[in-house]
Amino acid sequence: MISLEPHVWSNLMVVALVGVGLGVVRAIRRQRLWREAAGALWRRRRVAIVIVALYVGVGLLDSIAWKGGVPEGVTGVLPNAPLTLIDRAFLDTREASYSAPFADREFYGGRPLRHPGSHWLGTDILGRDVVYMALKGARVALLIGGLTSLIAIPLALLFGVGAGYFGGRFDDVVFFLISTLASMPGLLLLIALIMVMGRSTFSVCIALGVTSWVGFCRLSRAETLKLRELDYVAAARALGVSEPRIVFRHILPNLAHLVVITFVLMFSGLVLSEAVLSWLGIGVDGSWGQMIDGARNELSRDPIIWWNIFAAGTALFGLILSVNAVGDAVRDVLDPRTLREDR
Amino acid sequence: MSALLEVDGLRTCFPSSAGALPVVDDVSFSLGRGETLALVGESGSGKSITALSLLRLVPKPGRVTAGAVRLDGRDLLPLSVGEIRRVRGRRIAMIFQEPMTCLNPVLRVGDQVIEAIRLHERVSVSEARERTRTLFVEVGIPDPEERLSAYPHQLSGGLKQRVMIAMALSTRPEMLIADEPTTALDVTVQAQILELLRKLQRERDTAILLITHDLGIVNELADRVAVMYAGRLVEVAPREALFSDPLHPYTQGLLRSIPGLARPGERLPEIPGVVPPPDQWPTGCRFATRCPKRFDPCADIQPEEIEPARERRVWCHEVERMLAIEGAR
Repeated sequence: MISLEPHVWSNLMVVALVGVGLGVVRAIRRQRLWREAAGALWRRRRVAIVIVALYVGVGLLDSIAWKGGVPEGVTGVLPNAPLTLIDRAFLDTREASYSAPFADREFYGGRPLRHPGSHWLGTDILGRDVVYMALKGARVALLIGGLTSLIAIPLALLFGVGAGYFGGRFDDVVFFLISTLASMPGLLLLIALIMVMGRSTFSVCIALGVTSWVGFCRLSRAETLKLRELDYVAAARALGVSEPRIVFRHILPNLAHLVVITFVLMFSGLVLSEAVLSWLGIGVDGSWGQMIDGARNELSRDPIIWWNIFAAGTALFGLILSVNAVGDAVRDVLDPRTLREDR
Repeated sequence: MSALLEVDGLRTCFPSSAGALPVVDDVSFSLGRGETLALVGESGSGKSITALSLLRLVPKPGRVTAGAVRLDGRDLLPLSVGEIRRVRGRRIAMIFQEPMTCLNPVLRVGDQVIEAIRLHERVSVSEARERTRTLFVEVGIPDPEERLSAYPHQLSGGLKQRVMIAMALSTRPEMLIADEPTTALDVTVQAQILELLRKLQRERDTAILLITHDLGIVNELADRVAVMYAGRLVEVAPREALFSDPLHPYTQGLLRSIPGLARPGERLPEIPGVVPPPDQWPTGCRFATRCPKRFDPCADIQPEEIEPARERRVWCHEVERMLAIEGAR
């Protein structure tokens, strides 16, 4: 593989994601039913969709980076480090200070700030701007939620549908695996996995994925057990449909709504578990979890330094609430079993 | 006349704590091209399992343990999975009891029929679609173009059953297994579906194995009737002969219990008791426990097949005795 610097990969990923997004939009617009579903979704959860889109937008902006172009006189930036669009937007406010929201002087020393009032939500103890950190956290949260779901859901489907449909020895093995994993304390397993793989965003995702697929695996296994006994599967078999085709055409599409619901619930759950990991000191750098962890000790100061934890908590809350709201509506709209003629 | 389908000594077992239970035992019948054979019996008599056994679709852990199912002289039971799959749908198609649940709820009905066609024939999607549209017209679905892209929940029960029939006929099978095709439908729709089946059978010379407990449907559709009780055949006869002169006491009981034949105001005669579960089947004639005409050998000795007339077969000690008396006279 061609070796590219991380920020170039990140830029390419943005291009790829935007491409995939446009492709999905085009595919949806071409089919009447999908277009109607998308329309219904938009009518139901306009606000939540806009909020999620904002988070995604910030995450994407924070993924476009290049080197150089830093104006003279800016301190606190490593020379020749790639800076993202979000980094660049906050360059002028990035002075090491400890200040409250909209303050013109920093704490304790009382030194006047170079850009008075520019730290809208103040700074943390290391002098980093809180708004900036909260925005940076969006990318990490989306990365953790998305990447981990991408690992956990296919894994769960593979084992769950396979075990449910084919049964027998494979089912025994999968069920043994599930029971074993489920009987280990999740947090211990997480810590152990991260210790083994080292601390990086990717290894946190893998660790979270390995510990979180069990629930959906059980669910999809149970659902497959139910589906494979249904008349239309028997009818398909009587028509001479082959087993793999039955799985892909008659079982998996009927699990689609479960995948969507699980993705959404898992997504928000994963973002929250990362916060727990950060609290334990093994989270991902730059996440809201780490912000909360850092702000925890500051709460005991007098006057209370509330803005750190407030910003991180609000950002976390906003993302999870709107993702849940959208996911709920997605299920209502997409599941043909709840489709009605009159809508 | 060489039969299209010959079933010979079919036995299907389900394992239980008391050993393998033959839910279908020693069932033999044949079906000619364009003929309709009705397989009649109460719930639990093994008629559906018999039908599923023909295509080797018996749900696990059931298994066909003996016998032969010959389609055009070729036994289906030893075929490989791939070979039997080419028989299913292509040569023998099946219509199920519950049209409500027999269509995949997340796929358009048109796509499901198209899938059935393309499964067995190498045709383009547009060609398969055109054929599906024609089929929909044939089975009497109004607005076929629109219905192609409908989802199952948007169709009524009658329409769904028509789609199922269209799907079953899409590959022009030589034989159709109809497992209680009208049970889940209301009476007016029932009549329409029966009329449709009859019309399609005439046009295409399809053989139909009709599985039902409704003797009214048998009377309308069947050429010959096979009566099953507790996993075994008790009587096979042409329709007119069976209705006018039933030989087996069970058949007689069944026919007496049709409401139309009882006099008004009179209590409808019934067969006392229920079909015993498979592990309590008697060693002799399985109807012995409920039979009004039973005598000594019935409980212990399995009755032999006898042919009292051309194309009639019956398994009953009483009939055998009566015939012997007549013969002696």
